[in-house]
Amino acid sequence: MALEDICNFKDKPTRKTFPFYASEDTSVSVFTESFNFKWRGEMTSKKASDVPLEFHVPSLFKRPSSRASHSASVRRPFPLSHGTTTLGFIFQGGVIAAADTRASAGGLVACPAVHKITPIHSHLVVTSSGSGADCMLWERILTREIRLYQLRHKRRLSIRGTAKLLSLMLHPFKGTDVCVALTLCGWDKLIYVCSDGARLQGDIFSVGSGSPYAYGVLDRSLSWSLNKEEAILLAREAVFRATHRDAYSGNNVDLFHVTAEGWRQRQREDLKEEYYRDMEKRGKKMDVKTKKAAKIMR
Amino acid sequence: MLSAQNFGESGKMKEYHYAGPTEHRFSPYAFNGGTVLAVAGEDFAIVASDTRLSEGYSIHSRDSPKCYKLTDTTVLGCSGFHGDCLTLTKIIDARLKMYKHSNNKTMTSGAIAAMLSTILYSRRFFPYYVYNIIGGLDEQGKGAVYSFDPVGSYQRDTYKAGGSASAMLQPLLDNQIGFKNMEGVEHVPLTKDKAVQLVKDVFVSAAERDVYTGDALRICIVTKEGIEEQNIPLRKD
Repeated sequence: MALEDICNFKDKPTRKTFPFYASEDTSVSVFTESFNFKWRGEMTSKKASDVPLEFHVPSLFKRPSSRASHSASVRRPFPLSHGTTTLGFIFQGGVIAAADTRASAGGLVACPAVHKITPIHSHLVVTSSGSGADCMLWERILTREIRLYQLRHKRRLSIRGTAKLLSLMLHPFKGTDVCVALTLCGWDKLIYVCSDGARLQGDIFSVGSGSPYAYGVLDRSLSWSLNKEEAILLAREAVFRATHRDAYSGNNVDLFHVTAEGWRQRQREDLKEEYYRDMEKRGKKMDVKTKKAAKIMR
Repeated sequence: MLSAQNFGESGKMKEYHYAGPTEHRFSPYAFNGGTVLAVAGEDFAIVASDTRLSEGYSIHSRDSPKCYKLTDTTVLGCSGFHGDCLTLTKIIDARLKMYKHSNNKTMTSGAIAAMLSTILYSRRFFPYYVYNIIGGLDEQGKGAVYSFDPVGSYQRDTYKAGGSASAMLQPLLDNQIGFKNMEGVEHVPLTKDKAVQLVKDVFVSAAERDVYTGDALRICIVTKEGIEEQNIPLRKD
């Protein structure tokens, strides 16, 4: 096709995997047809039912090195969905994961009711932030790989192993504009994995454009000895304050509580109600203050 | 339309002030306009699109509908860059045939949506510039609408507008179908006739205010009896 010739666009990727390494180190690239990871000395089956993911990379410029230059990509004429507030923390009753539900693309709210917290299996929940399509797809891939591991090895992969697997899968895309920042919430652990390559375990994480506001609220009141109701209230309050101040977060709040028995989801709550309740509380406080001030004035 | 993209860093409008030497690179994308809309009801789904194909200040065609029938229970609406729309529908048709031949059954709406998501994401680094909306009936016979972004993120909705006039139509649909931003209203379920009338009114409004939308409206109504098509003329200016 004439357009392909002008762009030097190759219809099929030159190798089966992305990116195009000169000497392919197959133990690193995940998307070959055989799953070549060595886990405890076992090689998993070569004939895979895995669908290899093939990515088309436009080669607009002739590059001498075979390593694909990630910055030379076609400029996109549209914005992608971004912007969020998600948080997770551990306390004596398990782990709470909370997130807002707004997906913004540029200045437009692309969707006011997105699910940013998805369960991977009965004891693992992942909160996503970054680019919506990337998070959705990588969660699907992760769920598939975890399930395959469970079927092949007759036991579940630990949350640390899951985080490491995800980090290794994302590594080939470091430097491209894949933007994924997931917090894996198990029943006793919280691990943050990001497409830049970070993999951190911690007690409290908040990710996204609204995270500074959420951290402020959480750092103030979080303690190990909270009971379940207090923890849920705290998480909701943190998301509410973040959505109030951050333009790219808003709409509703999703809450998940993960314990050793599994995860439980709270019904999605509209933050509009929370805002009116808060205004009422402030209204009452203001009345008390004005009365006091009036007394002093007299 | 006034947007932040028209203004450069100094705060001056890019088109009317000298912003420095600029290099015009060949862009493989073009914007061909058009609006698509889908609404899901209790036992029906409606997919509607205008039929104008434009580029810049010109109109290429007044009869280029953007609804594509995929199966007897699913219709795809795609707007954006027409070249990518055509290729994408060809690929989807081929994959539907492949599925039919290997599994001996037609793909359900949910399965088509999941497949489209992976097709779009395979082009993560050189995306299809298409805004897709799938409307159809799910396995239980209820209406389903799946809306996509250009790189494959998708979600099941009750209603969605996509394309050039989407920012104008979506709030109107939120109000009329979702009963949002109103207090003290009774949530009546949407009947098929009311939905069709609403879609017509909404497109007439869009044609008034969006230059890329107009000429004619093609409505595809998906029910268990099949897919019914209607054509309604819109403003041609």
